Amino acid sequence: MLLGPAIDLLLEPFAYQYMARAIWVSALVGAVCAFLSCYLILKGWALMGDALAHSVVPGVALAYLLGFPYAIGAFTSGIIAALGIAFVRRLTMLREDAVIGLVFTTLFAIGLLIVSINPTSVNVQSIVLGNILAISDDDVTQVIVIAAISLAILGLKWKDLLLAFFDESHARSVGLNPWLLRVLFFVLLSACTVAALQTVGAVLVIAMVVTPGATAHLLTDRFGMMIGLAMLIGAATSALGAYLSFFLDGATGGLIVVLQTLVFLAAFVFAPKYGRLAARRSARRSAEVIR
Amino acid sequence: MMRDRPTPSIEVNDITVSYSNGVAAVRNATFELGPSTICALVGINGSGKSTLFKTIMGFLTPSAGSVRIAGLPVKAALRQGLVAYVPQSEEVDWNFPVLVEDVVMMGRYGHMNVLRIPAKADRAAVDQALDRVGMSEYRTRQIGELSGGQKKRVFLARALAQGSEIVLLDEPFTGVDVKTESAIIDLLRAMRDEGRLMFVSTHNLGSVPDFCDQVVLFNRTVLAYGPTATTFTEANLAQAFGGLLRHVRLSGPDLHDDADQRRVTVLTDDERPLVLYGERDQEKHVNPDRSETP
Ligand SMILES: Nc1ncnc2c1ncn2[C@@H]1O[C@H](COP(=O)(O)OP(=O)(O)OP(=O)(O)O)[C@@H](O)[C@H]1O
Ligand SMILES: [Mg+2]
Repeated sequence: MLLGPAIDLLLEPFAYQYMARAIWVSALVGAVCAFLSCYLILKGWALMGDALAHSVVPGVALAYLLGFPYAIGAFTSGIIAALGIAFVRRLTMLREDAVIGLVFTTLFAIGLLIVSINPTSVNVQSIVLGNILAISDDDVTQVIVIAAISLAILGLKWKDLLLAFFDESHARSVGLNPWLLRVLFFVLLSACTVAALQTVGAVLVIAMVVTPGATAHLLTDRFGMMIGLAMLIGAATSALGAYLSFFLDGATGGLIVVLQTLVFLAAFVFAPKYGRLAARRSARRSAEVIR
Repeated sequence: MMRDRPTPSIEVNDITVSYSNGVAAVRNATFELGPSTICALVGINGSGKSTLFKTIMGFLTPSAGSVRIAGLPVKAALRQGLVAYVPQSEEVDWNFPVLVEDVVMMGRYGHMNVLRIPAKADRAAVDQALDRVGMSEYRTRQIGELSGGQKKRVFLARALAQGSEIVLLDEPFTGVDVKTESAIIDLLRAMRDEGRLMFVSTHNLGSVPDFCDQVVLFNRTVLAYGPTATTFTEANLAQAFGGLLRHVRLSGPDLHDDADQRRVTVLTDDERPLVLYGERDQEKHVNPDRSETP
């Protein structure tokens, strides 16, 4: 009857190899970014994701200019930005946001300068907006390697990172090196930012490294649980976004981020403890008690 | 737990510690503490007590002199989990999604493998520590959802769970109620009896003779240190506080109608007063709280 053709239509994206690949690569990137997002939002470093995404521009521009793989350029300038931020922060008493703003605008400006001197050198569109549907084999390999290494390191070190970020002096008193852990985190963040550039583009990377963590934080008081939920949300929305972009033709990044925002809004209203409805319920309950 | 572990000791050897603004908060301080000791660190605000603790923990590096813990350099001692530290005020982010029991479990990280997966012994240590500070019923609360005194008790529990031979407590009694204070003191005594070394800064002069066997009087440098009975005297305290103590003296004629020359001296910084009674320069510590209770 009608069901057959409907199912055929729904399964159609999977008939194309590039679509199937886009879906699972997106899911992988979504999961790793979501893992990192848990730390980012707790430390108030949300802007850091944005900063890194913008900081890779000079690296990419130079890579095109000199003809080496653009991922290497992007990663290198991401690391320079992350270390730059960590160093300036350590040597001055300026607040984190000021340091981030200072370092990333400088790098972005250098990038724009290079692009403006060499207008033809960069495919700016693919960096700014991402294009997962047209991802090359090499790029897929690179994304998988980045994601796998990052997940392995995070899986090993997530508790140490939590302790170092939650209570630096206690971390030191049990023999950890908080500064080293922070650098490790920024390196992973830079690497994953590069990976996410492919899927959603530089402008929307910040959503990938903020929204899933923010959503999960509304849902739980346990950090392990928060990571699990965030990864689930990140992977599912990214896969679904890539899948839907087949029908809507193109804008994968936009779809993924819109889906993540919808999940966030649902949590914002319905979360059992921190949702708006729960807040109203408990306000009503305490009002009754007073009466 | 204490088997094969080094004997606890702290050696502070002629250290000078300066902040980046040029303030030399500690100058040429020297003292030494051994096992089975509760030592009080007493001094006015800004005398450098917290600075001294941070230097012992290796958070600040002395510009001259050295600190050794159990005969080891600070870093090595920390790696072995020999020292637990409860700061004056916790600089943690209270919004983190960690529960009370998670915070206490963080004390056990030094005992766990790289993956930090808690074993039975770790869970038992956490249960016991929470129980000892009376916070068991709050164990699944998010850490920010506690009162100031309750937070203090949780971080104390974390130091307990750490099972370290040396515990540094920076003003553990500020902001806790009397019941908790005496619970903490009982705990410190029990730990001393296990052979540990506790170093406690406090403004609570009255309770010092009550539970501390050693005292370090501090103002930028060590003014006096040694056993409480001989060090914690009116003359030494007057030097440490330089007239900043509230001081009430009732001499013989105010107290008695006879020739008894014994007098009462009450010294107080801001909390429990120190009361001395006896003839001039032979006064003994008395415990007003104790004598109130029948
Ligand atoms: N971060 C800092 N930078 C510069 N100077 C500091 C810093 N922290 C403390 N100081 C100065 O060092 C001195 C010692 O401070 P410290 O905190 O060690 O005193 P404290 O004995 O613990 O006092 P309190 O009883 O108030 O806790 C003070 O004069 C203080 O102003
Ligand atoms: Mg202090």
